[in-house]
Amino acid sequence: MIKIIIFLSITLTLLSSANVIRGSGASFPYSVYKKWIRSYHNENGVRIDYRKKGSAKGIQSVQNRTVDFAGTDKPLSPKVLKKYNLYQFPGIIGAIIVAYNLPGIHNLKLSRHALVAIVHGDIIFWDDPIIANANKNIKLPHKKLTFVHRADGSGTTYNFTYYLSKISKRWHKEFGAYKSLHWPGSHHIGGKTNSGVTALLKQTRYSVGYVDYSDAKNNDLSMAAIENREGNYIVPTLHTFQVAASQSSLKTKKDFYTIIADPLGKESYPIVTASFILLSAEKTLVNEQVIKFYNWSFTHGQEIAKSLGYVPIPSDLQEKILLYWRSKGIRY
Amino acid sequence: MILNRLNIEKNFQNISLISASLVFVLIFSIFITLFVSAAPAINEFGLDFIIDSDWNKRAIATDNLHKEKGIFSKNHLEVQRYSIKDINDINADNDKDMMIDVDETNTKTIYGGLVPIVGTILTTLIALIFSLPIAMGIAVFLAEIAPKHISNIVGVAIELLAAIPSIIFGMWGLYYFAPMITKFFGGYQVSLLTAGLVLGVMILPFIASLTRDSMKTTPNVLKESAYALGATKFEVIKDIIFPYSRVGIIGSIILALGRALGETMAVAFLIGSVFVLPSALTKPTISIPVAMANNFGGASGLGESSLFYLTLILFAISFSIISFAKFFFLKRA
Repeated sequence: MIKIIIFLSITLTLLSSANVIRGSGASFPYSVYKKWIRSYHNENGVRIDYRKKGSAKGIQSVQNRTVDFAGTDKPLSPKVLKKYNLYQFPGIIGAIIVAYNLPGIHNLKLSRHALVAIVHGDIIFWDDPIIANANKNIKLPHKKLTFVHRADGSGTTYNFTYYLSKISKRWHKEFGAYKSLHWPGSHHIGGKTNSGVTALLKQTRYSVGYVDYSDAKNNDLSMAAIENREGNYIVPTLHTFQVAASQSSLKTKKDFYTIIADPLGKESYPIVTASFILLSAEKTLVNEQVIKFYNWSFTHGQEIAKSLGYVPIPSDLQEKILLYWRSKGIRY
Repeated sequence: MILNRLNIEKNFQNISLISASLVFVLIFSIFITLFVSAAPAINEFGLDFIIDSDWNKRAIATDNLHKEKGIFSKNHLEVQRYSIKDINDINADNDKDMMIDVDETNTKTIYGGLVPIVGTILTTLIALIFSLPIAMGIAVFLAEIAPKHISNIVGVAIELLAAIPSIIFGMWGLYYFAPMITKFFGGYQVSLLTAGLVLGVMILPFIASLTRDSMKTTPNVLKESAYALGATKFEVIKDIIFPYSRVGIIGSIILALGRALGETMAVAFLIGSVFVLPSALTKPTISIPVAMANNFGGASGLGESSLFYLTLILFAISFSIISFAKFFFLKRA
């Protein structure tokens, strides 16, 4: 009996897999893609399968054409895209926030300088002048600072360290952008998964760490205002994320080859990041379906994205993406 | 008829021989697989891996690994504070729409296993020190002191404790136990101590129930003769029951050790997962299974084989501890 059931389920999956669109790659946008895919399937009956294997594996799979599309946090340059005959466009925008646990303090500001110094382990006490300079109206405690980071490899860590590399030459040279790294400093602890980091931030007094916006929001963590490129301190909200996203120099001509961390703009929140989709240029029919899905998600999926703490793609960027598809001759 | 029975006898013996030798085949093939997968890391780092405390440290590649490590750590000691100028410099570059590319060819990653090895041994030790006296108390109470109905209820409770999945212990430890630890001992919420104590709770039922069972096998004649000679209850437990059930107790400790050394999920949430040698019990560190669980997904190349190297070391540690316990204690018992 059991054998028959196993046999049936295997044949069923084999049969049904024929018309499933396969994707794999970045884990950072996974939760929103998953929800979009489910509601798209409910509305249109199209089956899409996206697996979070990490950007690097996603790029590899689409280069070898073992998947129909791939997600990557790191965009490919137009040269590389041409070499492997790929198209590229942004699928979703996300933001990373810096949360802290300081009893009685709810409006902490962190300068770029302070943020890098904290992560690097240069700051021992909270009332260090590097932090205090931007927070003249707050009495910071003379307590040891604990930096909380992800213990497991993650796209969040990659995007966060990418941002640090972009704002600090020293970080770029010594550490760079990775999914997991040998963290410097002596006062830091690692949490497993986003929920582990969130729990540690909640329970450890005088701690500070980076998490996805959605986790911080759902757990009522205090989020620091971060100094942006123009020197303004920006509180993380969906609005400031969207301003940042629309300021970015994502250009259709260059296949959107830009990481938008640290964008220009007075009101832009600095730690935003786009996650990209890669398509194989020659798979015209499948591409049409993938693009129909993303076009649907741009119009119907933005509320889902917001509820998960992602940033809806701003309308001007949407138009650029539509233009890009048209220029590549893909109907949607 | 007799021939047939002999045949069955022979086949039966062969089958049980095969089952028994399967264990050796399994252990040997696991060892070979680990060794082959770890070979690149063994070639690269050699036995220095065991005493090197740097994990996943990127350094600029030169021909000589040791030379380069020297340069790197020297640089690291002289870490200066970030100057504001440094930050502004990069702002200027930003206008060129800079894309940061991580050049993997120029850098070289160093892996060393000292921190997870020390972390594994220390958490196991803390767990044993914590749970052994409590487990002995439970076992003595259940086997000798408690009335039968109470003994049954407590016994079932202890066995239920063993059935709780380790992730539950992990979450319970993180949300409820860790804040308590900080309250009483200070220091970090996730630390060597937190992980060790929760691990102790996890192995408690193994030691307690096995010890109780072996204490119950003490023949009544022995106990009764001791009482007849005028021994008190404590003296009977100390001089008759403990010596008699010694083999069972050691066996239970070996089983518990096996579980403590390899426990992954609960420890992963509680140990802090930081590749730093702990200077105090309340400092975070990492253990071998946790290093595996956290890094295996994204690992490739040298990183992956270094993880296999760590597993091989864990294999060797468990093997040597268990065989030491077996030959040293059980021979004399």
